Amino acid sequence: MASKIVTFTLNGRETEVMVKPLTTLAKALREKLGFTATKCGCYEGNCGSCTVIVNGEPVLSCILPVEEVEGQNVLTLEGITPAEGLHPLQQAFHENFAIQCGFCSPGMLMVSKALLDKNPHPTQAEVAEAISGNLCRCTGYDPIIAAVLQVAAGSNGNQGGSHE
Amino acid sequence: MSDQALNTVGKSELRRDGLSHVTGKTQYVDDIQFPDMLYLKMVRSPLHHARILGIDFSEAEKVPGFVRAFTYKDVPKNLYTILCLIGVGPDEEPVLAEKEVLYKGEQIAAVVAQSEEAAIEAAARVKVDLEELPAVFDVEEALKPGAPILKPWGTNYFVYEGHHCRRVRYGNIEQGFAQADYIVEGCYEPKPIEHAPLETTGCIAKPEANGRITVYTNTQALYFSMDNTALILNVPFNKLHFVGGTVGGGFGGKVDVIVEPIAALAAMHTGHPVKYLYTREEEFHVSSTRVAYRIYFKDGVSKDGHIVARQVTSYADSGAYNRHTPYAVTKHAANISGPYDIPNVHIDAHCVYTNRVPTSAMRGFGVTSASFATELQIDKIARKLGMDPFEIRLINAYRNGDMRPYQKVVGDATLVEVIQAAAGMAHHPLSERFQAMNSWDRANSPARPEPVSAEKRS
Repeated sequence: MASKIVTFTLNGRETEVMVKPLTTLAKALREKLGFTATKCGCYEGNCGSCTVIVNGEPVLSCILPVEEVEGQNVLTLEGITPAEGLHPLQQAFHENFAIQCGFCSPGMLMVSKALLDKNPHPTQAEVAEAISGNLCRCTGYDPIIAAVLQVAAGSNGNQGGSHE
Repeated sequence: MSDQALNTVGKSELRRDGLSHVTGKTQYVDDIQFPDMLYLKMVRSPLHHARILGIDFSEAEKVPGFVRAFTYKDVPKNLYTILCLIGVGPDEEPVLAEKEVLYKGEQIAAVVAQSEEAAIEAAARVKVDLEELPAVFDVEEALKPGAPILKPWGTNYFVYEGHHCRRVRYGNIEQGFAQADYIVEGCYEPKPIEHAPLETTGCIAKPEANGRITVYTNTQALYFSMDNTALILNVPFNKLHFVGGTVGGGFGGKVDVIVEPIAALAAMHTGHPVKYLYTREEEFHVSSTRVAYRIYFKDGVSKDGHIVARQVTSYADSGAYNRHTPYAVTKHAANISGPYDIPNVHIDAHCVYTNRVPTSAMRGFGVTSASFATELQIDKIARKLGMDPFEIRLINAYRNGDMRPYQKVVGDATLVEVIQAAAGMAHHPLSERFQAMNSWDRANSPARPEPVSAEKRS
């Protein structure tokens, strides 16, 4: 089948990518466009590592054909990282040891951002529910939930500033 | 403690890789791409135990993008065992199966193609002619007469210095049982566990202009992998450059040497970078698991709560090949008497081969299984005697100066203090006598059981 060009907004920038039909958004981002912050732990929609935000909704990019985002607004971890310093969620994940091997972190951060954008003051149960589709094998989840709640509580005093 | 200023102890330090992780800038194996990269997929055994009668690549070769296939004949030193680097032998695992497969999922042939899709398609079209053989899946069944024999040396167990198991002998077990007021038996079976790291096992091997091969890998054992790869490929170590250290979850699951040798071989033969990354299905199906054990205890116990004799017969399921399990069983044998001072100990720990997926390292391997069984057993003893589970542990806890059954003197015991602290945190009351115990002497402790024989203590 012939390749086609898909046009969408990626992290605020108009982007074109030429793909074979049924190429996933994750493969297009990672292999065609070089945006490798998005991870793939299973390539079959089970682990949540590949979560990106499309029009404000968290989606599993490893099972979403890139044609589906034609004309849509796609946000990846690269897109929430400020030019200097860190996004408050990134800062809180760093400070709360909500990261260990780092492989699930991009997906966890994106699903957490999608949650806080809609619900700035979630309960612990709401955070747990929001990240329930994202697997982490290192941290035991508690530090991740703590990091999200810290941002929600506005107690992350170092917004935009890097630690090192 | 000296008055030297401590810079880090007592403080929480942020991870040095944290900024890279939270920004997604950490580079894992799957994030690396080369324009002329080839993809390797494995033809695997669909059977648990079979004789290989033939392999037919003719249909695979017709797949557009197919580059070449590899069998054991292409591997310079096909038989290996990872722990040969610390003197374990003999070599017994093939990089690619030769005449026989011993587990479902075993590597038979590698197919390399220009795209991942083509490699999957070509591997699926390889026809392997197999004659199914009887398989054995249970450690005790595997040791019975008439069980299918899996190893060329004619048994289904690893040989420890001429013995059929790893043995620990200390004191006199029969006299210890004769001294006991109670015999408490137990059987414990810690199961295999898949590590399930979020990042699957994989590597990319890239030929360089100077004739070296650079291997980007997520192994947890960089030099172990490099040295084994050099031995398998029969090349000097300095022909290989291993780049690693970034591991997307390992937990012991990435210490085997499986992907690097065959990817490096394919890179050498094709002149292209070759990527061999497990799918999630492969990670679950063929990557090694934690070792499963069946552990039988027979403990002699005195009325006052002392364990005076412990006999353990333990069977570790190594699966089809060694990987790290012979070493794990040695650790297991050493630790199965627990952190307790037992004067008469008799351990037989078997490393058994079955037609299951090979087992290997996972978080404290060998020791965690021993701790699990030992602690369940001491709780069972406490119930039998009607004793407090904290107090029976304090009575039996080893102290500094005690001799361990494997002939090491304890020099850094903190068990008594840890149990006391745990009791405090759990709001579990301990009587004054137990609170006054310590790891340095046996003040406030009940009299120890009399040694049974002179040889048991130094």
